[in-house]
Amino acid sequence: MRIELTVNGKRVAHDVEPRLSLVDFLRDELDLTGTHVGCEHGVCGACSVIVDGDAVRSCLMFAVQADGAEVTTIEGVGNGPGTLSALQDAFWETHALQCGYCTPGMIIAAESLLAQNDNPSDQDIREAIEGNLCRCTGYVQIVEAIALAARNIREARS
Amino acid sequence: MTHYVSKKRRPKEDGRFITGRGKFVADIKRPGMTHVAMVQSPVPSARLKSIDTSRALALPGVLDVITGEELAAHTRPHQNALDTPEVVVYPMAVDRVRFAGEWVAAVVATSRHIAEDAAELVDVDYELTDFVVDPEQAMLSHAPLVHEAHGSNILLSREFVWGPVDDDAKRSEHKIGFRVRWGRNATVPIETFGVVAQWDEGSGILDIWASIQMPSYAESIAAMLDIPLNTVRAHYDVDVGGSYGVKRGLKHTIVAAYLSRKHGVPVRYIEDRLENMTGGEMHGPDRIFDMTVAFDDDGTINSLGIVAIDDAGANSSRGPLQLGKPVSAICGPYRINSVYYHAISVATNKSGQSAVRGFGQSPTNVAIEACVDRVARFLNLDRLEVRRRNLVKKDEFPWRIPSGSSYDSGDYLAVVEKAVSLSELGTMGARVEQARSQGLLSGIGVVTTLEPGGGNSSFEPLLNPKNTTTTWPESCVVKMDRTGLITAMITTSTSGQGHQTLVATIIGEELRVDPDSIRVVHLDTLTGMPGNTPVASRMAIMLGGAASGAAGKLKTRLATIAAHALDTSPDQLELIEGGFRVAVTPAKSITFAELAIIAHREDHRMPANLEPGLQETFVMQVPTGGELPTPDGVVQMYPCYSFACHICRVEIDPATGKTHIPEYVIAHDCGTVINPDIVRGMVIGGAAHGIGAALYEKFEYNEDGQLLTGSFADYLIPSALEIPDIKLDEHCTPSPHTSHGQKGVGEGGYLGAPAAIACAVNDALVPLGLERWELPLRMGELADQIAGGQTLGNLLGP
Amino acid sequence: MKSAPFEYVRPQNLHDVCQLLSDSAIDSRVIAGGQTLVPLMAMRLARPERLVDITHVDELADIVETEDTIRIGACVRQRSAERSPVIHQHLPLLSKALPNVGHQQTRNRGTIGGSICNADPTAEIVLTAVTLGATLNLQSINGPRSVCVTDFLVDAMETSIADNECLVSIDFPKTRTKNSGCGFVEVNARASDYAIVAAAVSLTLDERHEKCTHISACIGGASSVPVMTAETQNSLLGSELTDQEIEAAVSHAARQLTPMDDVHASGMYRKRVAAELLARAIREARDDCRSDRHAH
Repeated sequence: MRIELTVNGKRVAHDVEPRLSLVDFLRDELDLTGTHVGCEHGVCGACSVIVDGDAVRSCLMFAVQADGAEVTTIEGVGNGPGTLSALQDAFWETHALQCGYCTPGMIIAAESLLAQNDNPSDQDIREAIEGNLCRCTGYVQIVEAIALAARNIREARS
Repeated sequence: MTHYVSKKRRPKEDGRFITGRGKFVADIKRPGMTHVAMVQSPVPSARLKSIDTSRALALPGVLDVITGEELAAHTRPHQNALDTPEVVVYPMAVDRVRFAGEWVAAVVATSRHIAEDAAELVDVDYELTDFVVDPEQAMLSHAPLVHEAHGSNILLSREFVWGPVDDDAKRSEHKIGFRVRWGRNATVPIETFGVVAQWDEGSGILDIWASIQMPSYAESIAAMLDIPLNTVRAHYDVDVGGSYGVKRGLKHTIVAAYLSRKHGVPVRYIEDRLENMTGGEMHGPDRIFDMTVAFDDDGTINSLGIVAIDDAGANSSRGPLQLGKPVSAICGPYRINSVYYHAISVATNKSGQSAVRGFGQSPTNVAIEACVDRVARFLNLDRLEVRRRNLVKKDEFPWRIPSGSSYDSGDYLAVVEKAVSLSELGTMGARVEQARSQGLLSGIGVVTTLEPGGGNSSFEPLLNPKNTTTTWPESCVVKMDRTGLITAMITTSTSGQGHQTLVATIIGEELRVDPDSIRVVHLDTLTGMPGNTPVASRMAIMLGGAASGAAGKLKTRLATIAAHALDTSPDQLELIEGGFRVAVTPAKSITFAELAIIAHREDHRMPANLEPGLQETFVMQVPTGGELPTPDGVVQMYPCYSFACHICRVEIDPATGKTHIPEYVIAHDCGTVINPDIVRGMVIGGAAHGIGAALYEKFEYNEDGQLLTGSFADYLIPSALEIPDIKLDEHCTPSPHTSHGQKGVGEGGYLGAPAAIACAVNDALVPLGLERWELPLRMGELADQIAGGQTLGNLLGP
Repeated sequence: MKSAPFEYVRPQNLHDVCQLLSDSAIDSRVIAGGQTLVPLMAMRLARPERLVDITHVDELADIVETEDTIRIGACVRQRSAERSPVIHQHLPLLSKALPNVGHQQTRNRGTIGGSICNADPTAEIVLTAVTLGATLNLQSINGPRSVCVTDFLVDAMETSIADNECLVSIDFPKTRTKNSGCGFVEVNARASDYAIVAAAVSLTLDERHEKCTHISACIGGASSVPVMTAETQNSLLGSELTDQEIEAAVSHAARQLTPMDDVHASGMYRKRVAAELLARAIREARDDCRSDRHAH
């Protein structure tokens, strides 16, 4: 089946089998391997991407459902090659990761939060990432990173 | 004073992960790559009457379907860690299956989708046979046998008596006994296990890319495939998406490698989550402890008795050795005079057991800490005070415990005081009362636990006399290139521990070079040096030591060349940033860049008899290691002992049984910290694992031998809303055995948290006259117990 | 965990949806948000021959206010409903329930109608629909049909929807008056899990905010479908909803329940906790109503 969509600002057109999940499409057809597969049943959040402005599970969508959509993956976060988004920079600053496997999904969830709320409480942050499981960090440095990024964004704006 | 060690620095690894540029095994693509899916047994025990692969083979895109019988005809069985030669286990079932989820056949196809389609078309005729799920039932003489040729389900039964156990029991004023249960769980990384295998007929090399954290991986592959070790090239530059002990996909690798060789194509097997949970054999320890403790009126604990029954499931690989590591800290941080330990490993019809963070120490720590709490309650003493009275004092190090290991250093009471202060323990009782006044149960957990680090794997010969391991070295190569830049080489893959940062920081420290300019690369098993992967909280100690050693050798070589060039002697030189100068005449100096040119291109400026180039290797021996256990099981195991005090408060809704953790504090001492952010993450992350083990996570089998928690919907990994804002304080007692005083830190959080939560929950239950030492303390069972009001029973009895 | 093969079609209007569903030669299944269906397909526990994606049918995506009801299109995303001022104003119980559904990312895709058609006995949206007496509007090639949600729910994961029918919208009666209040309480092991047990209550007090004049009190997760607690409701009608009265009233509730044992909780747990959560939800609704009075 022919699908056309926008991924990280680029138009792409592909023939896909209807049963191909969006995450498999991104990874295997587009070589965007930053989006990870963790559980394939919608619990872990490693495959989080932004579809039409909202963070969603790319394992819980078939690529055909994304026909016509705008998709942003971890490769599309940031302000261009070689630059980091405020969140990416903050994740590095607080070492909000260890193995790095959940990290892209976690950053996507956080980008989605900060797009709607640039002054989140710790509870807001924890609720925004509750669907993204991290096995390494215990979340504390992740919460700190998101709060730091929010602060940096607010300061840069004012 | 240090320049880089212990200083805040952004970890080298993080940059690639935050941009989605990590290279995990699933990101590896080889031309013509094929994909495997497994056919798994739906029943816990059966004879395989027939396997018909014809419908599967007929599906377009399917290359092959292999059975366990075919694989066994071309490979050797798994090596047993225990001395159990009649326990014969292959990667896939041969003749019979021993647990629900066991691999029966493997499909290889042009895509994973097609492989899964074909797996459904493999027709297997199972003849059901008797099975056993409960480990105590499995020990009975009439129990169905998991491994018939072995003649029993007991894989190991060894008693140890360390010190005057009988005398200590007699002289003690009190003795109590009780049972503690540790549920079957695992650290369950978000990345499943995966492997890509490619047999290259031209070079005769088997290339392996895998999500692996496993000592002797290549050795095991070569042994099972019966090929020379120097044909196996396992690549260590694959990022591992979390492991914490469990990434040991040897059987996966054998299947993929066999298929690759048979068909001459690259073969990839990435477990999906259901395969991972049911058939990946990554479940951790599953234990029953029968504890006895002998003590005096003042709370002095004289002797411990520990009977540990560990349910190993259906294999006998490395899992059962997890009964051995706790021997290295069998007294906890306490001055206990004697210990009786009976280690029993039992086979059942469940998934085989894998190594999990702490290698069996965390369950044992729960049992030891439960003892201390019960002693305090029996004597009506403060639980922290009982600990203070029994802790080893700072002027008593090195402290040798009855089982033979020496604790290197520590100031346990100072760490405890930091935890007390940070947690505001003095007013925590008031917060407990406040919660109780709102109708909640509330309790405090205070535990003190040890983390052995950097060991020599002496639990192998301890539990298997045919094993003669007495060291577990680690290596590092450091070279300076012709432009004066440094590259370090290590022989392990990394699963989040920050080895590149560790090595660059230590080399930077030794050579006064900015760690950000140092490249650290991962070799493979053909180019690499002796190594044993990041298990057992060993890398700061062992890889850090190897990096320091190699850098030190390089510094000596550089100084020799510099002294020659500056017409002085090496001992007159002073290391400065980027080179050397003569101490008495600082104007005379030379840069590393210039020295690098000399070493690589200017033989006329080289000292006589010095070979060209700037490359040094250091193989780090385990400090304090090197002896086999005595016949009565006394052995020095670990060189370094980190210490932690966890203090937490829980609140339990008595109606729902739901436990909430409003306060959690850890003070810890892992000696010298190399990178503060990495250490902090390790401690908190380990504690989060421990909270999962204490409250949520269990691989639950029903009486039919079926795994009930085989997906992430039922196996409950805590999210950001379950893990509290854990607060930390640090103390530093350097180890005398390591390059910079560092100790291990990768496991400590996990070694303390389950005990802390269990003690807090039991403290909360005291007003109801209840107790529950059965982990995980899940809400449903806890609430049923509260509602049923089972009484405290013999809590205070002998 | 790859789905078995299937065909995919994406009709643009309801007529085409009904045409597609009327073809009995092929096993079609409607997909909206897919947050439950897709994992079932990944585990091959569901294997439709054809997916009919209804999310591009405009007429299914609206929230429409009429005099007495709020009509929520079947494909309205749970997250949109959660943020909807109209729902917040007129269906406060649904507003309270929605944040408990899955987590933000599944609510971004999952739909109100999808949850109801899935008929999970623990689902918060189903429980809310039963509590509020929602009416479902269905469409097939043979025309429209409306059915009360309690008649729609047949058993756990089973509804009376015909193979050729598509859920179009759900009519929720408006509940917010100055004398009304609601409560929603659930318990689960982790915040984002399915509820083990949940209770939803919508009630009205008299003008003086003293006596209860109407109450819907419903329990989810403790039977195959949400259970309205008639005895509890009857015993509270006309009462002042003191804690003691509530305590006494909920003691009847558990008798109606036929819960299952599972790995997370025993049936006894569900019965016991259902009564306790119901009491909490009634108290929450009462306090909600009375605090409203101060606000007015």
